Amino acid sequence: MEGEPSPRSGACFHQGSFPRAVNVDLQTDATLQVDISDALSERDKVKFTVHTKSTLPNFKQNEFSVVRQHEEFIWLHDSFVENEEYAGYIIPPAPPRPDFDASREKLQKLGEGEGSMTKEEFTKMKQELEAEYLAIFKKTVAMHEVFLCRVAAHPVLRKDMNFHVFLEYNQDLSVRGKNKREKMEDFFKNVVKSADGVLVAGVKDVDDFFEHEKTFLLEYHNRVKDASSKSDRMIRSHKSAADDINRIASTLYTLGTQDSTDVCKFFLKVSELFEKTRKIEARVAADEDLKLADLLKYYLRESQAAKDLLYRRGRALVDYENANKALDKARAKNKDVLQAETSQQVCCQKFEKISESAKQELIDFKTRRVAAFRKNLVELAELELKHAKGNLQLLQSCVGVLKGDT
Amino acid sequence: MAAEMEPPPLGDAGQTDFREIEDGEGFFVSTVTILESPEPSSPDPPSMPAEGISTNGPKQEDISLDDDPEDLFAEATEEVSLDSPEREPILSDGPSPAITPVTPTAMLTPRMGLGTAEMFERSLDELEEDESGDTFDMHIAVSDPEKVGTFNTTSMTIFSKNETTVRRRFSDFLGLHSKLASRYLHIGYIVPPAPEKSIVGMTKVKVGKEDLSSAEFVEKRRSALERYLMRTVKHPILLKDPDVMMFLESSELPRAVSTQALSGAGILRMVNKAADAVNKMTIKMNESDAWFEEKHQQFENLDLQLRKLHASVECLVCHRKELSVNTASFAKSAAMLGNSEDHTALSRALSQLAEVEEKIDQLHQDQAYADFYLFSELLGDYVRLITAVKGVFDHRMKTWSKWQDTQLLLQKKREAESKLQFANKPDKLQQAQDEIKELEGKVQQGEKDFELISKTIRKEVSRFEKERVKDFKVVIIKYLESLVQTQQQVQHIWVWIPIGSVVGE
Repeated sequence: MEGEPSPRSGACFHQGSFPRAVNVDLQTDATLQVDISDALSERDKVKFTVHTKSTLPNFKQNEFSVVRQHEEFIWLHDSFVENEEYAGYIIPPAPPRPDFDASREKLQKLGEGEGSMTKEEFTKMKQELEAEYLAIFKKTVAMHEVFLCRVAAHPVLRKDMNFHVFLEYNQDLSVRGKNKREKMEDFFKNVVKSADGVLVAGVKDVDDFFEHEKTFLLEYHNRVKDASSKSDRMIRSHKSAADDINRIASTLYTLGTQDSTDVCKFFLKVSELFEKTRKIEARVAADEDLKLADLLKYYLRESQAAKDLLYRRGRALVDYENANKALDKARAKNKDVLQAETSQQVCCQKFEKISESAKQELIDFKTRRVAAFRKNLVELAELELKHAKGNLQLLQSCVGVLKGDT
Repeated sequence: MAAEMEPPPLGDAGQTDFREIEDGEGFFVSTVTILESPEPSSPDPPSMPAEGISTNGPKQEDISLDDDPEDLFAEATEEVSLDSPEREPILSDGPSPAITPVTPTAMLTPRMGLGTAEMFERSLDELEEDESGDTFDMHIAVSDPEKVGTFNTTSMTIFSKNETTVRRRFSDFLGLHSKLASRYLHIGYIVPPAPEKSIVGMTKVKVGKEDLSSAEFVEKRRSALERYLMRTVKHPILLKDPDVMMFLESSELPRAVSTQALSGAGILRMVNKAADAVNKMTIKMNESDAWFEEKHQQFENLDLQLRKLHASVECLVCHRKELSVNTASFAKSAAMLGNSEDHTALSRALSQLAEVEEKIDQLHQDQAYADFYLFSELLGDYVRLITAVKGVFDHRMKTWSKWQDTQLLLQKKREAESKLQFANKPDKLQQAQDEIKELEGKVQQGEKDFELISKTIRKEVSRFEKERVKDFKVVIIKYLESLVQTQQQVQHIWVWIPIGSVVGE
């Protein structure tokens, strides 16, 4: 009715105005723009300020902000998943819970060990840990934002009532986290679902497209999972190595100040050099994390969402086929035929509706995926080159100075 | 392991021809190649240097020699063998530089398990610092064990022959060190410590474990022995020691049996060390010479910091190795992902990413080796050297203490003698006077000893510091250059993306 959202063109995604949304290329649209303009980290929760700009008439104002917490995002996501109407869409994956535990633990340990290190070492490590905390913080903001943007970009989901409430209602949504019992229920539901999923997946699909997608997604999902965990490990080692260089730099500095011979100049210079190269190494690790690890993690979640879609369709197919069988039986017995007919109609419609939108969704998924990988891999390579060059310059100039001295 | 060293290739790294060795030690006989070239001006003692190093395989391209690149060992590819006839071809090749840059520590041995002989060359400048005024280059190369249990030692001296190769076991090295230590440490000479025994490592090798870690162990040991010998022969006094000469030249050495870790002699040594430590604590010396006080403190500080640095560098080596392993496994995973990706261009891009990461992993591994062999081992050596230095300072204290004790004794005897003078016991008096004469002599000797050791230590410390400065400077530059190389490689590797066209659409 109102200015309908622009056509969903699978191919012409362009860089959104969200520099932080690196894992998905999203079409931005004047009718509805969402971003997280601010975030605050309190003791054990993070408060996100969700800022909306919209020309849609459903909203009371054109621009407004609300404060939301992680649980409210999850509530929104779950409401999509549970909504039968959306069975035919890939539901954008929920953002992961903000996890500052590891970082907080490290800061605490640092505080405890304050007495055992020199003042410089302490300040240095503190700065690093704070930087790490900040990085994690930025990441979690980005992931929550991406979720909202995906929803806002989806032609159907963006019209969802819950979504609008989420964006506009400036009181607490009173969405509590799930209590233990509910979590147990969820757990069992998942078990049942996976079992069912296996059954459903076993049913061979007449449609080649979907059959292919099923096999593809299964394998792809597993491999992305593997790649994601391996990339995490690799990046962690990289960070440890950078930390070692930091310590080496400090000790060299002490050696340099203590030494009375010629070589003290060497120590001091190299210490200075290592301080700088360490920063670069740490940035390399951080960039790899952002461009590679995060990308893989995100597509791990998205491929799961796509699998879920296929499952729902498979389920609908099975229901449809069962309804057909039931109808035949009813016709044969000539009993409850009308009921069977309506039920069969319903199943048929549901199945066809899902199939139609699912096909488009999966195609879009592929396009998004290819674009995101391309963008990130290219950026990764560019950053690696940039850092290598930086490192090289520092090293070469230091070698030059030292050689000149001998 | 030593496959490439010998003219008759003895097969490859899987050499398991272990000799049964009773003393449990000396698994490695090291080949020590010592090359000496006479003065720069001398015409043509054949490019011995070039050859001695012939134990280098062609892969020794890593030897980065700062000066005169063309006349160096780098190109030597001939094998050093134990028989003299074969020395001839070796000796007649190549240029004959007398000047060779210094490579005090083992250069990168890129691939483990294929240790090749390293060359040590001393530059002419160093020669001039020789106190003895002799000017000769000494080259030592320790080549890999051809059979486990033996190293080949090749040395060239101007005294006897031009080049000698002998087989030495690890225990022989330890024996040499223990002889030198007992002879020179207590008079103030800083004797370089020998590489440490490692029961675990030894057992693994003996048992025939052919994995990477035992190959690494062999290489580590070989390189440590080489550095040890180089340091020993750089010391002008030690070089002249007959035991050193014998070690380098004679074909048979009496077995050094008292070097076993768990032998009776070993235990005795440990007990002595403990006793020394206790004694040290009870000697309170009146330091009249501020220089010693200051130096002692300096070495304490240096010791502390070097140990810390060494620990950090070892950590770094460990993490880099871990990084290399993790990168390799990520590469495989990325390749698999590329395989499942059904968009062809993206699939290709992912495969290329996998290749890139594989190369990077190899790079990390190489860098870890450089970290280790250049940096970490040097630090370890110096930590041990400083222990030797501290030992020498302690000996000085002991000497002083002995002198003081003798003086005290003399004093007491003098008092006793004066008492006897009044007691009118002529024979006892005579005895006392004789003792006093003897003690006076001893006191004088004690004083002389103390002065001598102080003087020696001053010289030694100054020589040590010069060496230290040089060693560190050279190694630091080498290490940085290795880092430079790594970064250059990184750049080459990451330039795989013709931006945009790979994942084209």
